[in-house]
Amino acid sequence: MIFHWKTLIAVLLMASSSHAETLKMAVTTSFYNSGLSEILLPEIAADLGIEVQLIVVGTGQALRLGQTGDVDAILVHSRVAEQAFLAAGFGTHRREIMYNDFIFIGPIDDPVDLAGASSAVDALQRIARNGASFVSRGDDSGTHKKELSLWEAAGISPSGAWYRAAGAGMGATLNVASGMNAFVMSDRASWLNFGNKGDLVLLYAGDPVLFNQYAYIPVNPALHSYVRNDLAVLLETWLTSEKAAELINEYTINGESLFTFNAVSQ
Amino acid sequence: MNGVAQGLWDAWWLIITFDADLYEIIFLSLQVTVSAVIIASIIGLPMGAWLAVNRFRFRRFVIAVLNALMGLPPVVVGLFVYMALSRAGPLGGFGLLFSPSAMIIAQVIIITPLIASISHQTIRDLWAEYHDLLISMNATRMQRIKALLWDGKRALLTATLAGFGRAIGEVGAIMIVGGNIEHATRVLTTAIALETGKGNFAFAMGLGLVLIMLSLLVNLLIHSLSRTERASTW
Repeated sequence: MIFHWKTLIAVLLMASSSHAETLKMAVTTSFYNSGLSEILLPEIAADLGIEVQLIVVGTGQALRLGQTGDVDAILVHSRVAEQAFLAAGFGTHRREIMYNDFIFIGPIDDPVDLAGASSAVDALQRIARNGASFVSRGDDSGTHKKELSLWEAAGISPSGAWYRAAGAGMGATLNVASGMNAFVMSDRASWLNFGNKGDLVLLYAGDPVLFNQYAYIPVNPALHSYVRNDLAVLLETWLTSEKAAELINEYTINGESLFTFNAVSQ
Repeated sequence: MNGVAQGLWDAWWLIITFDADLYEIIFLSLQVTVSAVIIASIIGLPMGAWLAVNRFRFRRFVIAVLNALMGLPPVVVGLFVYMALSRAGPLGGFGLLFSPSAMIIAQVIIITPLIASISHQTIRDLWAEYHDLLISMNATRMQRIKALLWDGKRALLTATLAGFGRAIGEVGAIMIVGGNIEHATRVLTTAIALETGKGNFAFAMGLGLVLIMLSLLVNLLIHSLSRTERASTW
């Protein structure tokens, strides 16, 4: 051996060398897949000197990570679950940052005339009535919760061979839908960024009920002494700043804007 | 098929232009897996030898369990390590969840039984050969284990490389405990899973080829460094 083995081990075991202050934030797959984080994170690092590490999970797991204090802040999109999280005292407060919308995707020949639906509920009823294949996230994420609430509003409890729960993130679910040429509900950002569209196209959007609000919640430092609430507060100030508003509103894919900034200054 | 060719070309371009992100991912993959293999070898190789030269009451049972543990499902290991390292878990105070250290811990648990089992089988055969000699020389138990490990080193290399092979291609456990954080815990396998999720199949395949080449390269390197398959040695 040319080099000494002890040196080798020492080099290999050196944990990731310490750098700027890091903040761990759990975010939803739909936010991450939008690609917006790749615009925001370098700016945050430049302005605040904070390296934001994203843990990309469904809203359900993001809230769990916040509950156990494994992350310092969360950015999710499921108001009911967020309010339960706050009511249990796991977070300090909820701050709305931006929104986009959910859309219905389906095969280009549109066998159930989804494009002619009058509302989101009508769209789901058309799919169920015809027993057209529909792929659900099935992973307790914000998108999944939204979908379930829409089925409930439509008075349908979806089950049967036409209803497939993928149990996966937005991208993986879109892959399944693309492979099966099935209908699927997605957030607009994930869809625009998705690289395997196959024969699927956007068929229905625009019902106000499909509004998708993202909110930022710092994890409660009173429960976990190691949570970096100081950094979480700095990040909140930045995320609600005019600079963030500009970056978020101006982020487009193929000329379509993905998010609308709607944080109110306090 | 055009997409596949494009993806392979993209991946190849990233390799030859020394793309910083790609090399960071490759380096972290190597750092995590090589660390895990070294630790698992330090535990597993002597453990296998010890089991070969010792006779004790539950020996058969211990060996059977060790062999069974070779098939530990990584995703379950990942879940246990996650629960243990989570802030709410027994080892939460170290704050190791979502760090490379957590990934190393998970891989050590996955590959130590594999390395120990192969080591045990190798040493057992060697021990049958060396038994009378070492006993007649009145070698202590430690000396026996050392002699067997040293003389079996070529075969033990296979055990180590098998451990490396299992660890470098593992995704279930490190995805759970590492979190696939960009610039922190993203390795080749989790990057492939991510790109597949985005529908970027071609690029994911390119990364897959990088992973296979890396694995081949490490194996060839180790073999050439340790001078196996040369004239005077075997």
